[in-house]
Amino acid sequence: MTPAVALDTVPRIRRGVKCTYDQIRSAHVVLFPEGVLVLNETAASVVALCDGVRSVGDIAVVLADEYDGVEPGDIASLVARMVERRVVDVDG
Amino acid sequence: MAEAPFGLLAELTHRCPLQCGYCSNPLELVRRDAELSTEDWRRVFDQARALGALQIHLSGGEPLRRPDLPELVAHANSLGCYVNLVTSGVGLSRDRMRSLASVGVDHVQLSLQDATRAGNDRIAGIKAFDRKVEAAAFVLDEGLPLTVNTVLHRQNLDNIAGIIAMAEQMGAERLELANTQYYGWALRNRAVLLPTRAQLAVADPIVAAAQDRLRGRMEIVYVIADYHEAHPKPCMYGWGARQLTVAPNGDVLPCPAATVISSLEIENVRDSSLHEIWHHSPSFNAFRGFEWMQDPCRSCPRKEIDFGGCRCQAFQLTGDAAATDPVCSLSPARSTVDLILETEMAPSEVPAMAMRKMR
Repeated sequence: MTPAVALDTVPRIRRGVKCTYDQIRSAHVVLFPEGVLVLNETAASVVALCDGVRSVGDIAVVLADEYDGVEPGDIASLVARMVERRVVDVDG
Repeated sequence: MAEAPFGLLAELTHRCPLQCGYCSNPLELVRRDAELSTEDWRRVFDQARALGALQIHLSGGEPLRRPDLPELVAHANSLGCYVNLVTSGVGLSRDRMRSLASVGVDHVQLSLQDATRAGNDRIAGIKAFDRKVEAAAFVLDEGLPLTVNTVLHRQNLDNIAGIIAMAEQMGAERLELANTQYYGWALRNRAVLLPTRAQLAVADPIVAAAQDRLRGRMEIVYVIADYHEAHPKPCMYGWGARQLTVAPNGDVLPCPAATVISSLEIENVRDSSLHEIWHHSPSFNAFRGFEWMQDPCRSCPRKEIDFGGCRCQAFQLTGDAAATDPVCSLSPARSTVDLILETEMAPSEVPAMAMRKMR
């Protein structure tokens, strides 16, 4: 499994990556060079908050208002997977 | 029903200023007067999106040869698709790049034939190197991500470190290093192109080291030389599974090389919809799933990894498109590949490269 990123990491959607909603699949999708990721609802909420300003910890706080049982560690692993897939960038 | 495709490879034209002897277009190139019209392509994009495609790769030939390219980019963009321009860079001026970016190109894939001007232009058959270097800068100036694409073979594999350095200099985010796959033009030129084992043994660790060194800055995708491997490539991740190709004349192909399978009945967008063709045509259903397989594939646990390899290669080397890809060490026809390696890797007399040209 991909190691999680630190909670103070600030993720941002990479240049050239498009997030959109696919009416055909009824799902949020991420489009990037040579690839498509179909996201579940949680992943879509996280990716939408990767704005280059909020940290992983901030994102967990925002999502905890909307959903029950949000664990910062889960958000950190999800961001790490998005970094690995080159959807999201982190500084440093 | 089959899963929806993610991508459409739109080969807008076979016209191209370059003459690379490994071109992935078929030997029988489509002439200009047989190309689909702007209206046809708009309809094809509409149908592809309705079918589920989210990425439209505008390719060729050289897509810049189509004067209606901006209109087609704009249309693909209006459908919410990710628009990938696959180009040689020849004909991509600053103004042209700016106008294409403004109507919705999301990403540019630029070919590079070799590390140096002399090598590049010899393989391309025209002076293209300086145009490519300029084109890369124009792409970056528009803030677009750039992938550099190099086809590897005996003539340029020794320059792999230089190719990687060149892609870095050009500012690429991704570099695709793809060993030649032998169909059409490349099959004709195989004895000029097949790399030697010694070349691959030197190149492989150079690529691996660069992948490590450049992690996070430039992603390097390395496509192996399958004749030299023990297992076949997972071609197209399964037949009729993820992507479809529309040729310049409207032929709809499960893979870009599929015209080599002469027994396959190819459908055309002028006669039928993409929905009908994707879901119901004999050509797209011919090798879907696992039922069509023979042994050794049928009972092999690797069938879920490599899908039996490449149907085009099976057809070209064994005459049976449903056979196991003969590069597989388990294939009863593997000796055919070994014989090719033995005789063509270091031929006693190297033939001249047949340059890609319209007849």
